[in-house]
Amino acid sequence: MPENIRVEMKSISKSFAGNPANDRVNLTVRSGEVHVILGENGAGKSTLMNILAGIYRPDAGEISINGTPTVFSSPRDAIGAGIGMVHQHFRLVPSLSVTENIILGSEQTPFFLRLPQIETKIRQLSARYGLQVDPAAKVHQLSIGEQQRVEILKLLYRDSRLLILDEPTAVLTPQEVDELFATLRQMAASNRAVLIITHKMREVMAVADRVTVLRNGRNAAEITREHISEAELARLMVGKDFSVRDIRPKREKGEPVLELRNINADSDKGLLGLRNVSLTVHAGEILGIAGVAGNGQREMCEVIAGLRRPTAGNLLIDGKDYTGRSPKEILRAGVSYIPEDRLGTGLVPNLGAIDNIILKETPAAGRQNTVLIDYAGAKAKTEDLVRRYRIKTRSLTSPVKLMSGGNLQRLLLAREIAAAPKLIVAAYPVRGLDIEATDTVRNLLLEQRDNGTAVLLVSEDLDEIFQLTDRIAVLYNGAIQGILATAAATAEEIGLLMLGANTTEENII
Amino acid sequence: MRIAHRWKLTKTLDPHPVSLWFIPVISILLAFAVGGIFLAATGHNPVRIYGVMLNGAFGSVYGVSETLVKTIPLLLTSLGVSVAFRMKLWNIGAEGQFYLGAFATTWVALTFPDLPAAVLLPAMTVAGFVGGAFAALLAAIPRAYLAVNETITTLMLNYIAIYWVNYFIYGPWRDPAGRNFPLTKIFSDAAALPSLGGTRVHYGLFYGLAAAALLFFLFRYTKWGYTVRVIGESNAAARYAGFNITRNIIAVLLLSGGLSGIAGMAELAGVAHRLQPGLSPGYGYTAIIIAWLARLNPCLIIVTAFLFGALQIGGYAIQTSGLPSATVTMLQGLVLFFVLAGEIFTYYRLELIPGKEVAAGE
Repeated sequence: MPENIRVEMKSISKSFAGNPANDRVNLTVRSGEVHVILGENGAGKSTLMNILAGIYRPDAGEISINGTPTVFSSPRDAIGAGIGMVHQHFRLVPSLSVTENIILGSEQTPFFLRLPQIETKIRQLSARYGLQVDPAAKVHQLSIGEQQRVEILKLLYRDSRLLILDEPTAVLTPQEVDELFATLRQMAASNRAVLIITHKMREVMAVADRVTVLRNGRNAAEITREHISEAELARLMVGKDFSVRDIRPKREKGEPVLELRNINADSDKGLLGLRNVSLTVHAGEILGIAGVAGNGQREMCEVIAGLRRPTAGNLLIDGKDYTGRSPKEILRAGVSYIPEDRLGTGLVPNLGAIDNIILKETPAAGRQNTVLIDYAGAKAKTEDLVRRYRIKTRSLTSPVKLMSGGNLQRLLLAREIAAAPKLIVAAYPVRGLDIEATDTVRNLLLEQRDNGTAVLLVSEDLDEIFQLTDRIAVLYNGAIQGILATAAATAEEIGLLMLGANTTEENII
Repeated sequence: MRIAHRWKLTKTLDPHPVSLWFIPVISILLAFAVGGIFLAATGHNPVRIYGVMLNGAFGSVYGVSETLVKTIPLLLTSLGVSVAFRMKLWNIGAEGQFYLGAFATTWVALTFPDLPAAVLLPAMTVAGFVGGAFAALLAAIPRAYLAVNETITTLMLNYIAIYWVNYFIYGPWRDPAGRNFPLTKIFSDAAALPSLGGTRVHYGLFYGLAAAALLFFLFRYTKWGYTVRVIGESNAAARYAGFNITRNIIAVLLLSGGLSGIAGMAELAGVAHRLQPGLSPGYGYTAIIIAWLARLNPCLIIVTAFLFGALQIGGYAIQTSGLPSATVTMLQGLVLFFVLAGEIFTYYRLELIPGKEVAAGE
């Protein structure tokens, strides 16, 4: 048995409701390496990691640590064996301090706390791994990036030898991602093993020593650093090749369709969610909204859709003032909103495809019969859309919640595009979708732009913003930090604006 | 070495069509089996008792007709609550809505006793609806505009409605010729719904069937029914689609209360012919059970209401064997309990994970 092997997972299988999430998956992690688990959504990455962290029990298969077969019956066993996990959604107590969160549940904590000594230890760990955070601060005061550092410190404090991070970069700015990667390299250098789950190829290239690619719950490949190529990884993840798309606009942008003028709006907590936001989206262009999630994106989309009343400023559609109008009126003006929460807001989970396709026809039924639903027509329309957009569904009447994320988004887009909108507001339209569905959705948005539709695209993925948009507006803390032409912008510039770097007038074009 | 077998509940997303029928039937049989244990424990022969109940409810023309008489108010109140439940509004105030419907009906019948039936009965029907709808409106307005929990308000309004009605029965409306009994005057003949054949089954039955047909049509074919379904399923989606949620909360509760109000009207005009305390032995509460068991489906509500009517009549029959009327309440509770508990077997499957060999002493 080689000395440096830390953890081996052999032939791990796990299924949920009869659907296999992991099917005889093998994984070997050695200390001193950063190991990336790459795969699309639903490839079984998180399941595998949850098994390794003792949260799920595998249906079959074996885990061995340093050659000894081990069964984890709880996360505590895994922690005891030196395995810790940072979940995508942090498990911190907001009202407690950083130190209190770090020692929470730790077995080495004595009955009488000696906080100064513990804080000293935390400071040492922070300094050594470049995880800057004030041990005395309350967690709710910290930014998302800082909270992530607390989660990592928690594992280091327990002296975890294998650290698992589930999609750690999803909530970070490009600068924070670089810092995180430096920390991870540092940890590998101190003979720990680091496992990262991701579906972003850029990150693999940046940080991985080795990559395990999962596809449909099975091993697709294991590749070492020197053999990694982006095209090869994409092919392994999806199982087929993708062509590069031509995204240059086919025509000049047209008249302004959407104008926001000095909009202020409250957030759900009653704080100022949008501050003096002004922007214009023209027919035939895609305006990207970049920014770390939670900086006013949702408030902006809801103001445009009429779901949230601005406290100041004006909303203009096609030059007409729609400030304070109802969602129905804005809908009729040709605004289509593709919400972040597609199942629950965009689609009704327990209704079938037909009932979801007619969702927005009901209030706008000024024409024809206003009392009865034309089910025959709705059925024909749904059948047509299902065929044209290649939507996979058991039947047109079975609840849409049974459909996969990609098919849900296709159904939602099919409905919205069929309404021939003048403006599409798309919030995180590819979040959680696999590569193939992502590709379809992006092509559809480009196609709409080329047909002369104005598109406002909210995204947290800078690659996507750069690939699809004509201009980029950056939101930070509810305010627009700058609007740049995509062709002239760099990722660094956008990243700085996302962090709230100072706005200057020349940033607004 | 040891072999470790494990039981596991796995969720099935689309249940087997047979299990949708089979499991509730088994559940009901089990409910009666458990009820039988209680009967046996109190020294009665459960088989004989159930036989008496069946015979009482279905054993004669009289039994069946009495079952139908009980079905009418149960059917109308069940349909009433089912409308609100469709939108996930927990209107448990059918009892109070029934009483206020009866109150308004009584006011019409006592104030205009000389009108011909062709005018008086429609007027009483409208009054019944309005009375019930008004009771629901008292909960609907705070719910729609201030998000006040309708479960609490509708429940509390039941007591207000009942005591309101009692005040009139014991006070202003008490029949002077009634030897001090708490009863109103008997309604004029024009205020009576016609009966069928020689039985006590009255035209209220057609109200119930028509209401069921109306709801079936509303929820199956109309845009309004669709709107209500969407709002019930997801408020966020309804807002997103531009539906007016506030207005629909009020509309749904008005219809819901109105149907229960008509139940009160039918019970008065068809059976009691005068307002008296205890006009409803809890129809509005039993309605909640019926609506749930029937999965809010109007056609199934007809069947379920009939069966619960039979249970009531069967319950009267066993009182002569020395059993309390609460026996029926116990059986109703057991049926609901078992059918709801049985749902876990509709949506989950119990699986035995085959034993795997685990090395000992790891």
